[in-house]
Amino acid sequence: MNFDKDLDARGLNCPLPILRAKKALTEMQSGQVLRIVSTDVGSVKDFQAFCKQTGNELLSQAEASNEYTFFLKRK
Amino acid sequence: MAARKICVVVVSGTRERLQMAAMAASVAAVSGIEVTIFLSMNAVPHFVKGATADAPSEGAFGDLLVKKKAPDFKTLFRQAVELGGAKILPCSMALDIAGIETDTLEPFVGEPTGLTAFLNAAADAQVWTF
Repeated sequence: MNFDKDLDARGLNCPLPILRAKKALTEMQSGQVLRIVSTDVGSVKDFQAFCKQTGNELLSQAEASNEYTFFLKRK
Repeated sequence: MAARKICVVVVSGTRERLQMAAMAASVAAVSGIEVTIFLSMNAVPHFVKGATADAPSEGAFGDLLVKKKAPDFKTLFRQAVELGGAKILPCSMALDIAGIETDTLEPFVGEPTGLTAFLNAAADAQVWTF
């Protein structure tokens, strides 16, 4: 999947992946896609809730080798 | 349905409570929830300019937060303001009792506020106390 900005949140614990994602999104335009890679096991449900709460779209999420990759479309 | 407005009352000066308050406030704020943080009692001196985030631990976990390099609570509170538009309001009574001048507080801390104004803001909000 194509993306406009990449956020490496590996090694960061809650709440930093969400805070870093929010910061990245504020620097992006509506419709652009942010890729986030996290190792925080709580980040799957956190990003689902974050998108539900903020209206940004969670395009996809995947897990491989204890890394979680998310694609968020900025609202 | 998720709360749209949260008031966080922070009276403790210990690391664990300040950390939990900061984590909850910052995540709520960046998630689009209106967040107001009311600082009073032992929490206030930590928000004087130049004061470190080296708050005393209540227990072993507080020490672990330092050892594991968790983001400090002052950074998280600042991000709640900068990234999520949270308001941090110091208690006017606490400032007076502690002899702390408003212009000595960190720039991300707002205007001194009395309980009446805070209670008005909290009237239609969830209130969390730390």
